[in-house]
Order: sequence, then C-alpha cells, then structure tokens
Amino acid sequence: MTETDPDLELGAGEAISELLAGFIQELREAGLPVSLTENLDAMEAVKHIPLEDREAFKYALAATLVKNNSHWRAFETVFEVYFSYRGPQYELDPDSELAQAIDELMEQLQGDQGEDGDQSGGGGAMDAMTPEEIAQMLMKALQQGDTGMMRAVARQSVKRFAGMEPGRPVGGTYYLYRTLRHLDLDSLLEQLMEQARQQSPAPLTQLEERLERDEFETRIEKLKQEIESEIRRRLVADRGVEAMARTLRKPLPEDIDFMHASREEMVVLRKALQPLARKLAVRLARKRRHGRKGPLDFRSTIRHSLSYGGVPAEPKFRYPRPSKPEIFVVADISGSVASFARFTLHLVYAISGQFSKVRAFVFIDGIDEVTHLFEGVEDITEAVHRVNTEADVVWVDGHSDYGHAFEVFWQTYGKDVGPKTTVLLLGDARNNYHASQSWVVKDMQHRARHVYWLNPEPKSYWDTGDSIMGEYSGYCDGVFEVRNLRQLERFVDILE
Amino acid sequence: MAEPRFDSVPSVREGLKKVDYLSDEGIAGIVYLADRLQKPILVEGPAGTGKTQLAKSVAEMMGARMIRLQCYEGLDESKALYEWNYKKQLLRIQAAGKSDDSGTDEWDELSGDIFSDEFLLTRPLLEAITADDPVVLLIDEVDRVEVETEALLLEILSDYTVSIPELGTIEAKQIPMVFLTSNNTRELSEALKRRCLYLHVDYPDLEREKEIVLTKVPDITEALADQVARIVRSIRNLELKKSPSVSETLDWARTLLLLGIDQIDAETARSTIGILLKYQSDITKALRELEDAKSEMAKDTAEAAAGS
Repeated sequence: MTETDPDLELGAGEAISELLAGFIQELREAGLPVSLTENLDAMEAVKHIPLEDREAFKYALAATLVKNNSHWRAFETVFEVYFSYRGPQYELDPDSELAQAIDELMEQLQGDQGEDGDQSGGGGAMDAMTPEEIAQMLMKALQQGDTGMMRAVARQSVKRFAGMEPGRPVGGTYYLYRTLRHLDLDSLLEQLMEQARQQSPAPLTQLEERLERDEFETRIEKLKQEIESEIRRRLVADRGVEAMARTLRKPLPEDIDFMHASREEMVVLRKALQPLARKLAVRLARKRRHGRKGPLDFRSTIRHSLSYGGVPAEPKFRYPRPSKPEIFVVADISGSVASFARFTLHLVYAISGQFSKVRAFVFIDGIDEVTHLFEGVEDITEAVHRVNTEADVVWVDGHSDYGHAFEVFWQTYGKDVGPKTTVLLLGDARNNYHASQSWVVKDMQHRARHVYWLNPEPKSYWDTGDSIMGEYSGYCDGVFEVRNLRQLERFVDILE
Repeated sequence: MAEPRFDSVPSVREGLKKVDYLSDEGIAGIVYLADRLQKPILVEGPAGTGKTQLAKSVAEMMGARMIRLQCYEGLDESKALYEWNYKKQLLRIQAAGKSDDSGTDEWDELSGDIFSDEFLLTRPLLEAITADDPVVLLIDEVDRVEVETEALLLEILSDYTVSIPELGTIEAKQIPMVFLTSNNTRELSEALKRRCLYLHVDYPDLEREKEIVLTKVPDITEALADQVARIVRSIRNLELKKSPSVSETLDWARTLLLLGIDQIDAETARSTIGILLKYQSDITKALRELEDAKSEMAKDTAEAAAGS
C-alpha cells in the first residue's frame, strides 16, 4: 500500500495522496477525530472509487473518515473546498443538454419580447441576459425544480450581483447576502405560490397549499446552497484551498459555545439536543442498574443451588433499587446566560424520567418557580419558551442579583430541600456588585445531597470584573465550566 | 484475497433494485466499498429507515444466507460466539469412565477429546466465519450491548477470526459481508467505529420515498404516491417526538389504497394519520400545522398584497 499508483494522479499532476493528507489535516483541524487507521482506510478506499464520480468518492471518504453523523456538515464543507471545485463539470459545456436548454429558453424569452439574439453557447448567452431575464429564468428553474438550470442561474447571479473582487478580505456570507438581496427570494416564493394557485383547475385545498409551499421552500433552499457553493468556488479560486478551508471552519455541534451561538448555530444545537437527551437517559438508567449489586437474595440462591446438588455455589443477589434523586434547577435567565439556561433546562427535563422529581426555578433579581410550566406538557421546547415570557423574575431593575434571588429562594422553597435533593445552580455569577449572600449556598450544601454550580463562562474569566464565582464555589460540591454540549454531557454523566 | 463480489457501484445499485431495495448513491457506494476493503459496515440512523432491510436485501442480492445476531443487554460470549456443550462433555466423560480403569494416558486423551469441534456449540459469530456457503452477518442493534461486551466483537470485525483458548484461533473460511446496525441510543466505542465503514441512513428524500412507495405498494397510482411522499415530508419537517418512518409511510399508503382513496384531502388525512404518528401530541401538532396553514398563509398573502 506504500507504492504510489500511477492511476491515482490527478489531471493537474497532483498526487491524490498529497491532496488527501491535506484534506485529513483540515478535518482534524475542524475537530473531527480521524485516527491513523481511518486515514489509511481512506487511502485504500479511494483506490477503488474513481475520482471522477464525485458523489461516490465523497461517500467513500465519509464512510472511512466520519463516524458520527453530527460531523457530516463539517465534513461536507471541507470536502467541497478540497475536491468539488476541481472537476470539469463546473465548466458549462456548450454542447451539453443544459446549455441547449438554456439556449432554447433564451430564444423563447427573446421571442416573447420581440427581440432577436445571435448568441451561441449556453454560458455566453447567459452573460448577455438582462436582470429581468435572469429573474424569469430563475422563476422557471424553481417552478420545474430543474437542478441544472438552478445551478446555472446561481452561477450567473453570483457573477453579477455578489460584486466579488479578488483579494478582498470579506467572508463568504457577505457575498451571499448581497446576492440574495438582489434575488429577493421571499417575494419569489409568493409569486410561485400565486402561479401554482392560478394553474390549478380547482382552488387549492389547505393541504395542497401547504404541500406546494413546502416543495418550493425546499427548492429555494437548494438554490441557496447552489449560490453558496458557487461563492465558495470563486473564493477558493481566489484565495487557495487551505486559506478557504480555514475561514469556513465552524465548530462541531458539541463544541458550539452557548453564550456566543449565532442563530444558525442555535438551530444546530437544538437539533443535537434531542438525541443527546435520549443517549443520556439510557446511560443514566443503565448506570443505575449495573455496577452495583443488591443484597443477597436467599430464596433465589437456594433455588439455583438445586442444579449443583444443593450446594449454594452461585449466590444470587436482589436487583439494586437505588433511589432516584430529586433535582432542583435554579437558573439565571438574564440576557447573557439565557440560552445556556434554556439548554440546560431543556436537557434536564428531557431526561426527567431518570429523576424522582424535577423542580425548576428561574431568576434575574427576583425568583419564580416555573415547574408548573413543564408539568403535563409534552413539548419541552414550548415550555422552555414560556419560561422566558411568563416567569416573574424581575424585582428591581432586571440586572442579575444572585444574592437576593438565593435569599428569596431559601426563604420560600428552602424547606423542600432535603437529603435526596441535588441542587443545580446555573449562571455566570456576575452579580453586578450586589451582596453575594453566600451563606445561603452554605446552608443549602448542609441540607441537600449535592450542590453543583454550572458556569457557562470560560474558567479564566471567573472572578474577574463583577464575577464572584469564588465566593460561592467554596460551598458547592462541584463547580463546572459548561460552555458547550460536550461539557454539559460530561456533567450530566456524574449526576446521580 | 477473495474475489470481489461486485463489479461497480452502479451494479450494486441495480442489484439492490432487483430485490426491491432502492438505495441511493451513498448506500450502494459503501456496500461496494465494504466488499472491496473487506470491512464491516456500521449502519446508523433513525428507527424505521431500512437499516436491517439493507442487510437482508444485500443477502438476497448475493444469494447468501443471512445470520443474525440480535443484541440485547446482557448478551455474552456464550450467546454470541460459542459455548461448550457441557452435557455432551459430561456424557463423554461418564462413558469413558465405564469402559475400564482410567489411567493418566487416557485422561490426556479424554481432556483433548472433550475440547474438540464435536463438543463446540457455534453461536452466530462463529457460525458466520466457519460457514462454507456465502453468508451475510447482521449484528442488529449493537448499541444495546454494554461497552464491555463490544470488545467481544472486535476480533471478528478486524481479523475475521475467533480465538478459543482450548482450540486455538479459528480463521474465516471466507470473508462474510458484515452489517452492524445501531439506533444511536449510546455512543459506540472508538475501537468499534474504527474497524467499520460508517453509513448513516436518513429518511429518504422526496423522490426516493416516492419510488419506494411505488415499488413496495404495487397497485398505487403515481399521483397518490407523490402526494403521500409530499405529506410525509412536510410532517417530518415539523419538530415532533417521533417522525414517521419509511415503514409507516408504506403502511399509510397501503391503508389509503385499501380504503379506495385516490386523492388525500384534509378529512382522509385526519382519519388515517394515526398510522403515521404514534403520539397524541404529535398528531395534534401535525393536524394543526397542516390544516391551519392556509388561514395563516392567506393572512400573510393578504398583508403582503396590501403592503405592496
């Protein structure tokens, strides 16, 4: 496997093994755990799949290198940058069916407007089109769901509207925004719907309407991807593969920082939460059942001794039934840490079956119990949303006041905290220079089974500025930095 | 090295299609690759997307026997790999004792004898590698066994051998195709993942789902299949506790066919949605979304029209 295969040379004379090495390096940089064996497997795999078959090639690499579905997006991005833009299929071949279709369409359009054109060759013809014609063509492409035509339009619109200049140090999103602004996809969707309504012989039923809309939305989404990919292709040509891969690098879902997640990342996080909760629930349930044995089961031992002639050779034990803990979540939901609190609440409730009772309290400077919002509700997302709108958490000015919130908590609900209770305190401990009232946490630790503090800030920021983490941490059984799902998962694991 | 079983990716795809399994580029490519690299495939994905069916279909396509190991909590060596037939061994010892006085030579002979093939009960994993005929080994729901038990699988997955202390290492007569499926209820160990090719099977896209419905429900009209696939896609787009699986889509299509429906309207959808969705909260949500969509949209459009 060490000898180089001459068949594996790329057109440009670049050995594929070199290209792969860079590719795998980039995957590792992006956080994917690619082991040496997997690296070798990938090298072996590409010998069997022709590079020309881009899709098969991609899946072959993915099968050997990506062993976790949530890493798929990161893989796809890197793959696109490294491999997708090197093929001839990105040149619009004038003889291809697509180009001919475009030509025909062009003629048709120009015929409609009573003009005569003498262009030839699909790519060339498109350059000469007016923006209106492009818009019309886009409409047509979306209506028919024609992928080839969509790609052509995407390329053309990027060329025209993105205003890309070589060497300009702006990200791809800027160009994407500019292109999309010109295309105005929202009103396009309405136009498409309007046409669908007119074309249908009978008025559309609610169901049909909904289905049409979903279909068009999917197509528009596809178009957006085409545009994005075209922008990347141009950027790669301009800046080179390595630089481009570096700018496109995004954190994996489990590494996204709660406090600085963009809207798009939030969606990714929300999606990752559900499977994670399921996994944790299974893990907690198993841990409870295994590893520990209950007291000797005398009856069962005697019964089994019969097969050894009455010698109790194999002692039997009762199933252990360790008590499930009660969980009290006390969460700061002020602006800076709100999303962290939401995720933790969501996760705790998603695995609430593993606890005998879960109660949730939220505060900013006042505190309110929100357990009732979760009771009997099937949709946790909805309940978490209601927490933000309905909880009465502002006492004076709506700036976090941990001291006051804890004090009130202790006065009102402190009697419910018992030796079975595990208290989770969530927040960044940025107290706006109010009194810390850390004696509450001290008393809490006395009475409760465990008190844990989860802080979404990096550890190095603790006790800087108005953060008073240090005053509380001495009274907690554990203080954890929880900035992403990976850390949150690790914490839940120790919860019992 | 064994003869490769498949010529090319398209031929795998064609072959699977012949046994009514509609694969996509990724699935066919990985099956092809698994054969060439002689590696197991770890298939992961939501429930009801045809993970187990893939293994069955590949077996059918190759005309191979399928050996299935269903995993569960508490699965151990004696259920997965092999077991000594104690009763038979006991009989053998007793029979030897009767014939005449046992000396030391005889003891050696006997102890060598009772740990031989004759007294070995093969379990699925051992059976798969000792088989003479072509086999496909399916290790189903591998995420159900404990992490420690996973280690049992590692030897067979990487080297296609089974080591039995008394007998030595048994090597595979031929390399079987191996599929492992997982519902992803827990993270599998790195060691296991490293030895496998990874295939994530997701819900099919619109076109493929329609094709699947058309293939598996032969009498259905194309229009109805299209509508079924579209509605299912819209439902999957919602945030639900449990999205409808492919098998549920098929059940639904069959039901509609039995009821003699050729056009799905809101009323039919309402009365049959229980086949697609199994949670009351999901049903409520889906019906609300699908039916109220129009009133909201009409409002939006009216506003847009008024605004422009």
